[in-house]
Amino acid sequence: MELAFSDEDLAFREEVRTFVADNLPADIAESVRRGRAIDKLDIQRWQRILFDRGWAAPAWPVEYGGPGWDATKRYIFDEVMSEFDTPETIPFGTLMVGPLIYTFGNQAQKDRFLPKILTGEEWWCQGYSEPGSGSDLASLQTKAVRDGEHYVVNGTKTWNSSAHVADWVFCLVRTSNEGKQQEGISFLLIDMTTPGIDPKPIISIDGAHHLNMTYYTDVRVPVENRIGEENKGWTYAKFLLGHERNSIAEVGLSKQRVRRLRKIAGEEQFGGGSLADDATYAGRIANVEISLTALEYLNLRFLAEEAAGRPIGPEVSMLKIKGTEIRQKLTELTIEALGYYAMPFEPEQLTDRWNEPPIGPDHAAAQMPQYLFSRAATIYGGSNEIQRNIIAKMVLGL
Amino acid sequence: MDFSLSEEQQLLKDSVQRFVREEYELEARRKLVASDIGYSEEHWAKMAELGWLALSLPEEYGGIGGGPVDTMVLMEELGRGLVVEPYLTSVVIGGGFLMAAGSKEQKTELLPKLAAGELKLAFAYAERQSRFDLNDVECTAEASAEGGGDSYKISGHKGVVFHAASADKIIVSARTSGGSRDADGITLFLIDNNADGLSRRDYPTVDGLRASELEMDGVAGTPLGQVGGGAALMDTVVGQAIAAICAEAVGCMDVLQETTNEYLKTRVQFGVPLSKFQVLQHRMVDMFMECEQARSMTYMVNLKVDEADKVEREKAISAAKVQIGNSGRYVGQQSVQLHGGMGMTDELHVGHYFKRLTMIDTMFGNKDHHLKRYADL
Repeated sequence: MELAFSDEDLAFREEVRTFVADNLPADIAESVRRGRAIDKLDIQRWQRILFDRGWAAPAWPVEYGGPGWDATKRYIFDEVMSEFDTPETIPFGTLMVGPLIYTFGNQAQKDRFLPKILTGEEWWCQGYSEPGSGSDLASLQTKAVRDGEHYVVNGTKTWNSSAHVADWVFCLVRTSNEGKQQEGISFLLIDMTTPGIDPKPIISIDGAHHLNMTYYTDVRVPVENRIGEENKGWTYAKFLLGHERNSIAEVGLSKQRVRRLRKIAGEEQFGGGSLADDATYAGRIANVEISLTALEYLNLRFLAEEAAGRPIGPEVSMLKIKGTEIRQKLTELTIEALGYYAMPFEPEQLTDRWNEPPIGPDHAAAQMPQYLFSRAATIYGGSNEIQRNIIAKMVLGL
Repeated sequence: MDFSLSEEQQLLKDSVQRFVREEYELEARRKLVASDIGYSEEHWAKMAELGWLALSLPEEYGGIGGGPVDTMVLMEELGRGLVVEPYLTSVVIGGGFLMAAGSKEQKTELLPKLAAGELKLAFAYAERQSRFDLNDVECTAEASAEGGGDSYKISGHKGVVFHAASADKIIVSARTSGGSRDADGITLFLIDNNADGLSRRDYPTVDGLRASELEMDGVAGTPLGQVGGGAALMDTVVGQAIAAICAEAVGCMDVLQETTNEYLKTRVQFGVPLSKFQVLQHRMVDMFMECEQARSMTYMVNLKVDEADKVEREKAISAAKVQIGNSGRYVGQQSVQLHGGMGMTDELHVGHYFKRLTMIDTMFGNKDHHLKRYADL
């Protein structure tokens, strides 16, 4: 057993740190620090900077334009990204559909789609859930019927993050009602400008527009935009669930949140001192931080396994469960730290249109929306209850 | 970065597993626990013969020169077997103090005997008022005229001293100067178990071990380490003991997790195995996750326990102890719960592991103590 990173890994960390320090645009860092919504243009600007350095998609193999890093380097990279105020990665392109295309797509699809995912030029969203199909995803009913060289798609998809700004959607559709539900699903890539696609905003409890309900009415999709075989879409979607899960724990992000939380608790006044000096509150921060350390070392164990050529099985679901629980706990502790000043709710404060002094402390404005939206973390990506079902069945054999 | 075991460590693990399989059936353990001395001298001799007692001790004194990870491997398997021999107190703690602070003479005299299984040690630190504060010491030691200045007379009370009855020598913390909770002025002493002025009240503990209350009235003691420098020494060695006991706890938790999982698959109620009920599946998953979190923290603390940076080392130790406390409590209680009435019986192994895990949380400061310590660091 050996804990230390190799000299090469440590040098790599310094290289990434130096690069980010020199190249992260100050206005973007400021927006991230303040918890403002980061718009598409800013994210694309940052993505382009990473692309020019060859770091746009840390997990991709070299032949598709990735850096070809091992698991340890990817972990270090993620960690440094969180040390600085970089925008969170939008997962749909580089983490999700990209690997799916280079694993199951044909050459034409790779050539057409991968380069623009890397540059960030084309934005993707995910069309999985439906009003009647949440955790029971395989029951999905959006139909795709063959008509010559096209599929005609009809149905409704929901919880589509970024659908209102995305250029493309990767979509699970029903192409057969024969046999098991899972065996009649196909995987389509659909241009969001195709006539008949209509995303409508769903405003979430944080008052913001992240999510959409997307209606598909006679949407014509060229057959060449199907990934792999017809009716095999479920297999591809499942691959995606098991792919690059190591980043799902979001340890780096949560460590950054702990640092911010400590700062806020140090600035909040309490009984003549600061909240950070209150034993009860300090104990609660310590508890989360200890859980986070345990998660970090669990994550490192998985990385070491992967680095030794032993692929990680369904036990990786633990990272999702623990990572999201910790993330929620941290946002919860943050709003509790604010006391009454968690209550003023003016989402305009989080836009660059806002030019009035903050209400209450400067650090307060973004916290309540982040707490509220963090509740989604245990629901999306396979709810934590589904993750427990997976471990019970696949790991414990129950 | 690598969390795999070396070939030697794997062999060690296999060897301890074989010992536990052959010697530590629940019934055999029950007999040992009920015996006069509460453990087996034959086992102790075998542990010496197999090189386990020498494992962490330095080569120049008859040891093997292993590190914390080797001890971790051994302790985890001892935990799986609920082994009652005084390995932790004699070797990890007693040997730890000798290595950290023993004089050349003390090391030369005692360490080879320890490695050979010819010496047992205990550590007397807790007092009635001290709770988990190692520096809350009211026992006193005064330099005595006899012995030429290197001899002290120790007086006072020490409580719940594990394996004191079987120990040849006991390491005692006593105050040579300072106020009752000062870190400065504590000195560690070696006393003989049959010394004049020492009286012991021996008793079993709830987890099947043995402990004693010590009353000392002018007991002759020799300093171990610098006079007045006991506090830092205890921090170091108790930190190592915590790292080791975390591994023992992981061994206990694994057994409970595995056997409870198996039980759910075989116990039929309402016409189906219990494992078909989702509420129990999720409970089982939570137990599994606690085990894995605890294992991760145990690796972490054993890789950091000799870390030079004091704050980082102490944070690692307290963080691991909190995790072990929380995980052990959860896994222990839920194992009893999921076994239903059977979990309540003395006959089943579950309760015995549950009791040991409960006591491990208390040892060297429970989760509340270490949470506060972590937050204060």
